[in-house]
Amino acid sequence: MLDQPNAKKQKLVILGNGMAAGRVMDELFARAPDRYDVVVFGAEPRVNYDRIMLSPVLSGEKAYDDILIHTDEWYATNKVDLRRGELVVAIDRVAKTVTTQSGAVEAYDTLIIATGSKPILIPVPGAELPGVVTYRDLDDVNLMLDAAGKGGHAVVIGGGLLGLEAAAGLAMRGMTTTVVHLMPTLMERQLDPNAAYLLQKAIEARGIEVLTGANTAAILGDTCVESVRLDDGRTLTADLVVMAVGIRPNTALAKLADLNVKRGIVVDDHLRTSDDNIYAVGECVEHRGQCYGLVAPLYDMAKTLAATLAGETVDGYIGSTTSTKLKVTGVDLFSAGDFAEGDVKDEIVLRDPARGIYKRVVLRDDRIIGAVLYGDTADGSWYFDLLKKNADIGAMRNALILGQAYQGGVALDPVAAVAALSDDAEICGCNGVCKGAITQAITAHGLTTLDDVRARTKASASCGQCTAKVESLLAATLGDNYSAAGRKPMCKCTDLTHSEVRGFILSKELKSVPAVMQELAWKTSCGCPSCRPALNYYLLCAWPGEYADDAQSRYINERVHANIQKDGTFSVVPRMWGGLTTPDELRAIADVADRFKIPTVKVTGGQRIDLLGVRKEDLPAVWAQLNSAGLVSGAAYAKGLRTVKTCVGSEWCRFGTQDSTGLGVKLERFMCGSWAPAKVKLGVSGCPRNCAESTVKDIGVICVESGYDIHIAGAAGLHVRQTDLLGHVDTEDEAIEYIAAFMQMYREEAGYLERVWKWVENAGLDKVRAAIMDDADNRRALLARFEKSQRAVRRDPWAERAAGREQHEFTPLATLNSIIAVPAE
Amino acid sequence: MNMTMVPSNDFWFDVGPLRAIPQRGARTVKTPRREIAVFRTASDEVFALENRCPHKGGPLSEGIVHGRKVACPLHNWIINLDDGEASGADKGCARSFPVKLENGRIYLNMSVAAAP
Ligand code: SRM
Ligand SMILES: Cc1cc2nc3c(=O)[nH]c(=O)nc-3n(C[C@H](O)[C@H](O)[C@H](O)COP(=O)(O)OP(=O)(O)OC[C@H]3O[C@@H](n4cnc5c(N)ncnc54)[C@H](O)[C@@H]3O)c2cc1C
Ligand code: SF4
Ligand code: FES
Repeated sequence: MLDQPNAKKQKLVILGNGMAAGRVMDELFARAPDRYDVVVFGAEPRVNYDRIMLSPVLSGEKAYDDILIHTDEWYATNKVDLRRGELVVAIDRVAKTVTTQSGAVEAYDTLIIATGSKPILIPVPGAELPGVVTYRDLDDVNLMLDAAGKGGHAVVIGGGLLGLEAAAGLAMRGMTTTVVHLMPTLMERQLDPNAAYLLQKAIEARGIEVLTGANTAAILGDTCVESVRLDDGRTLTADLVVMAVGIRPNTALAKLADLNVKRGIVVDDHLRTSDDNIYAVGECVEHRGQCYGLVAPLYDMAKTLAATLAGETVDGYIGSTTSTKLKVTGVDLFSAGDFAEGDVKDEIVLRDPARGIYKRVVLRDDRIIGAVLYGDTADGSWYFDLLKKNADIGAMRNALILGQAYQGGVALDPVAAVAALSDDAEICGCNGVCKGAITQAITAHGLTTLDDVRARTKASASCGQCTAKVESLLAATLGDNYSAAGRKPMCKCTDLTHSEVRGFILSKELKSVPAVMQELAWKTSCGCPSCRPALNYYLLCAWPGEYADDAQSRYINERVHANIQKDGTFSVVPRMWGGLTTPDELRAIADVADRFKIPTVKVTGGQRIDLLGVRKEDLPAVWAQLNSAGLVSGAAYAKGLRTVKTCVGSEWCRFGTQDSTGLGVKLERFMCGSWAPAKVKLGVSGCPRNCAESTVKDIGVICVESGYDIHIAGAAGLHVRQTDLLGHVDTEDEAIEYIAAFMQMYREEAGYLERVWKWVENAGLDKVRAAIMDDADNRRALLARFEKSQRAVRRDPWAERAAGREQHEFTPLATLNSIIAVPAE
Repeated sequence: MNMTMVPSNDFWFDVGPLRAIPQRGARTVKTPRREIAVFRTASDEVFALENRCPHKGGPLSEGIVHGRKVACPLHNWIINLDDGEASGADKGCARSFPVKLENGRIYLNMSVAAAP
């Protein structure tokens, strides 16, 4: 329908003068400048400005004037009647009018609701105190600037996009700033844990403290905020609290007017609400079940809406794919789409630890479905474009991660690539070692192993990322004389061996799984079932008390502290210290077996009693009852200390030379709870007749008249191996000290899943013997580290679980008894 | 009256909030016909499979979740979460069920989950 020049102009009223309203007007006036008389109500007492640039205003990198979208002149030129500072409080859909807070009434022919979102306030005590602000508009920024002017402490609740931008701004304005984030990693909705690790490092490098996994319990203060209390009891001083935990579509008016509202105001593909004369646009809407919190979708919506209002026939709005960037100067991150944790097959990962770069493109059927980039985001828009177009990237897959600039070239063969490099090409970024230096060192000094090259040139000695390249260089230079045997990478996620990874964890002070993976250039985003449990153990061993165990990187047995059986039930083995038990303990075991109808009770090969066939749901209750009789977990499932088998020894036996039972009990009490690379079993025999089979245990003691012979590295499983003698000691105290020191050395040096005997064979018996028997300082240091790590694990896992910890492991998510059934027709 | 199940999209049962399952973890949903394992990946995707490994019936809900896969706790078969297929050389398939996530809650399609 064409406009009639003489007809009375239609009246268009817009509620809200934010980014969506502004864009609709721009698009509309470009199409049909004179079609409507336009009245805009804006609750904010100002013209339209670029909300997304508030952070640079807060930080001081921009002024308010720099971020204006529409100036006063613009409203005049376009004959837009702007009612600034006027809050609309009601819509009368029958009379087709809106009413403002001041009582003014305005009629409309067509109404657009563009009221945006409201920040979510977490309902904690003290949330209403002066000094608590949200982050949405210029008034909020001004409040923050006032507070910042006085200096002091700021606490930002929420480690998402807004929270981090606010924190960065406040820190730049000189406030001591802390970010409190509920989830374990920052921006978890946009970033995977690896990118989040780098981001946290960058945020912390600005002097901002980041507390993750931190739940706000209360905001405290008499007349204005003074502190924030977390639910773990910590209290943070605060002169200003910024709540940036999320937004909620601002739908109050629409609800009041009885429009169809779910999470947002429901609109169709032409942005029409359930009332034909009312449209809605921007963050307040819900379209095809989706609400948005970014500007790109509202730009798309504004186009469709403006065209519709201009009377054009247009294809509807079909929804938007969004991408995120963080506007903190010096932090480059980009994320788009679905970056579900992939695996080797459907993701491509590139890490450059020296430059702090992490790039990950997630694929499905040769199409990009997500991308996370940190440190180098130049190709973000290229990936995003390929994603939106659903383009087939099969042909460029090999070089995809290198970015747009590398496309069209020949596919890269990494080996050939290294060989073809010029002599001055840098191989090791960390230490700045070039190819020529390495090949020259290999020939001049007759180097034959990776370790030689590391010692001589430092190449591959810092993060290990260039290990594969250095190895190819060795192979190229030495030809057949080079054999890589003996160096077995941990798994397909890395070129480094177990012991190299352990070394770097200590030397580079890596304290989390994402830290290890980033700084050691893991080739996958999140590891695999083979490296995850290993890394979890290495970190636990390196940083006792500090590293938080990752239950999801453990096998089920260690997660629920029981052994899974073939039918999905579990077996429970209480500790019997040194094989000793009492009538009371036996009664308690019998009672538990009766009460929980446990089908099988068996004496194990390790001198204790196994309750087999326990239902998983019953485990906490079984534990509670065993606990109350003083029984604790026997760790029959653990990569850690299992049983200490003993014989009766001097207390009863006519041949006994020492109290083997007593020593066994002391050893078990001292060492229980300790995690190790693999299971560790001990035996203590009272004389060389060796009734406790000590000479096939990981650590065995044979008591003799003159004291104690300590044996190590026995085995009686798939492989049978008699122990080697570590040495002789005279007293019981010494025996405990030497054994614990040996255990710690094994804990620190063996590869994950490497039993004691294997490790000793690899490390060399002489070396182990010298370290424990001859080097007293070293032995005492090992003992001290063992004691420290034991302090961190001296808790009974059963007691914790009976008290409710990890409850999700033992209860179904839901039990559905009645199924909805409908009669057949 | 003869009661039968009619496949329909409307039988989405709310089985609980996403946060009730640890990331890279799983929980079970018991139904009269079968036990279903609901998995949550590191990036908060959810998948539902019958809680029985195609190899020897191991409870998949107790395996280590990595990417869109789970390693069976009994003999380490690797099962795809999206279609239940065993990967690599192993052959077999755990039945998968429609599941969706809305506003932080998990919904299982019971008309499929309860069908024989
Ligand atoms: C219960 C028990 C058998 C019994 O009924 O007596 C047993 C049961 C299992 N053993 Fe054992 N072993 C038991 C004593 C032994 C012994 C004898 C001993 O400890 O004195 C050995 C030989 C000694 C040794 O370890 O060198 C033994 C060598 C093995 C091995 C071979 C290890 C190896 O490195 O060669 C395995 C397989 C493995 O660990 O990968 C194994 C694995 C297992 C597993 C964990 C198999 C599995 O993964 O499910 C069984 C768990 C059953 C359960 O749920 O409780 N079990 N196993 C014994 C528990 C002892 C305890 O009180 O803790
Ligand atoms: C600090 C900050 C940084 C951001 N950074 C980015 C970014 O980098 N990238 C990105 O894509 N997005 C970013 N966003 C989000 C982006 O600003 C929003 O998506 C966008 O502003 C939404 O536009 P809107 O018009 O729907 O809502 P708004 O821009 O919020 O506009 C709504 C307006 O309506 C007014 N109003 C509400 N109710 C009434 C009423 N009853 N009567 C009259 N007026 C009313 C409000 O006062 C407000 O001015 C950021 C947001 C903030 C706060
Ligand atoms: S010997 Fe074999 S069958 Fe017997 S308990 Fe050990 S692992 Fe199981
Ligand atoms: S039952 Fe799952 S791998 Fe054997």
